[in-house]
Amino acid sequence: MKDIEKEGFGRRDFLKSAVAGGAVAAAATAAVVTTQPAQAQPAGTAASGYAYLNLDEAAFVEAMVDHMVPADQYSPKGTDMGLAIFIDRALAGGWGKGERLYMQGPWKPGVPSQGYQLPLTPAELYRAGIAATNAHCAKTYGKTFDRLDAKQKQEVLIGLSSAKITFSDGLPVRVFWSTVYQTVIEGMFADPIYGGNRDKAGWKMIGFPGVIATHAQDIIKYRDKKFPADYTSISDMS
Amino acid sequence: MFAEAAKNHGYHPFPRPVANASRAYTNPDGSKFGACEYCGFCERFGCEANAKGSPLITVIPIAMRNPNFELRTNAWVTKVLKDSSGKKVTGVTYTNTLNGEEFEQPAGMVVLTAYAINNTHLMLLSGIGKPYDPVSQTGVVGRNYCYQTGAAAQLFFDGKHFNPFMSTGGLNVGIDDFHYDWNFDRAPHGFVGGYNLAGGMTHGRPISYRPLPAGTPQWGSEWKAASAKWYNSAMIISSSGSVMANRYNYFELDPNYRNAFGLPLMRMTFDYKPNEHKMGQHAAGVINKIAKSMNPTMMNPAVARTEPWSVVPYQSTHNTGGTIMGTNPGNSVVNKYLQSWDCHNLFVMGAGVFPHNSAYNPTGPVGALAYWAADAIKNRYLKNPGSLV
Repeated sequence: MKDIEKEGFGRRDFLKSAVAGGAVAAAATAAVVTTQPAQAQPAGTAASGYAYLNLDEAAFVEAMVDHMVPADQYSPKGTDMGLAIFIDRALAGGWGKGERLYMQGPWKPGVPSQGYQLPLTPAELYRAGIAATNAHCAKTYGKTFDRLDAKQKQEVLIGLSSAKITFSDGLPVRVFWSTVYQTVIEGMFADPIYGGNRDKAGWKMIGFPGVIATHAQDIIKYRDKKFPADYTSISDMS
Repeated sequence: MFAEAAKNHGYHPFPRPVANASRAYTNPDGSKFGACEYCGFCERFGCEANAKGSPLITVIPIAMRNPNFELRTNAWVTKVLKDSSGKKVTGVTYTNTLNGEEFEQPAGMVVLTAYAINNTHLMLLSGIGKPYDPVSQTGVVGRNYCYQTGAAAQLFFDGKHFNPFMSTGGLNVGIDDFHYDWNFDRAPHGFVGGYNLAGGMTHGRPISYRPLPAGTPQWGSEWKAASAKWYNSAMIISSSGSVMANRYNYFELDPNYRNAFGLPLMRMTFDYKPNEHKMGQHAAGVINKIAKSMNPTMMNPAVARTEPWSVVPYQSTHNTGGTIMGTNPGNSVVNKYLQSWDCHNLFVMGAGVFPHNSAYNPTGPVGALAYWAADAIKNRYLKNPGSLV
């Protein structure tokens, strides 16, 4: 069962920290638990608890963030840090819709130094990239990414990050991977109000004290000394 | 650490100057500054303490005290209008971005104060001044586009606490020995211009700042361990170098792509040339020499950029050229008072007037030139409208 509350993320907390319209919708359906297998969900419709990701995509993203950010002495695992929720909200929101991208043709492949040149919004890129990666996994291992063992997942992610994997439908793997990687990093270290970095676990991992800091005295006092951070996020200030 | 190492090599380190108030201060115009809090959110953000010298504090509020001043927001200027002779401007066309309504605003004088690049775009859209053509090397609007170049090393010191999140815009120590010093003979190194070097960090915001030794995995427990270990124990030495004008670095109106108003976008053609590559190699050599002498536990050495310029990684935000200043209409867009050669009641402010990009960010001279032009407008032009040279 995929139940957000059972994964340690209370409904109250979810509502409290919900800032995006999509997240409010997600909270409203969070109590509706689905037991459907991933394949039963038609592509393009949102799975329960997510505003953008369908069940196949949610399974991919959850498996990926838990592989990339395993639970250890430094932080809880990716889904427990809210990374999948962060990514879902980002994809459902203005960034995923390409609000700040120039999205008019004519479309040309361009060269890497010209940056993002795709006719896809970032959310569409994510969707197409997950499908293409799962197609690669099905061909190579006979199952989708989320059902691979840790060694196989590692092989796939290294294949994506080094562009050794190519997508037969022409989707540029480097653009997909750099977008995916950036969202994982942002989910780790963005303010918790955006859904990731839950309990400031990403900040605690490295020792970043957070927002609004008055260090005019500290900068002398803690010169070459460890700073005893009182981790502060946006919602702590309001 | 950097200062000591630089001194040991015979260089002349100094604290980098910044336009931040270190304590509460009221300037001669009555703008009130608070004290900098070293919050680490200086570049890219407004200042919560009002400690940062910016037009938001030092210019616009002062101008708004004048009863005849109006700041019209949500107004997107699409064109500067000329009279039938083409020798004078008569106003601007703008669109109210809240409802799409287009207005014509008559004016006795127009001063372009958009960003340097946007000023160039407006000049091209308005057909004022001859557009630059790189093939025939004629025309002036859009020429001399210049950027900056740099190289950087990351140094890792096991057990040190740099606390990068306690920072102000220029919490750095710099050396200028390869920029200001004309005794530094560039000839053996094959470049003109110069660069400055600085050691230290300007922020510790972890999405963009997490230095890791080369070869660290990009994810997994090993990545997390390295991130936790080095975030607070790394420092940077970086260079900022000049870029010289080149006939093939320029702006023009895009033949294909249009903006929301149906007007052509501006197209930038740019790459680093051998002069920048050679300067980068020299800078990387000096950075690595200083860095090694500081005995870091590990370091990612500085490498000169030689690959094509890319829009993808952040490199610098300091663009110059496009509406350059010069001695005659054949070589420039504006005269030394930032007055258009073509229309004497049109003035163009900003870094677009620089014929090349110096090693330093150009904000200081941009402000100084604006005051210089304002003085000429007020004390000379208004009394006797016409060319100031």
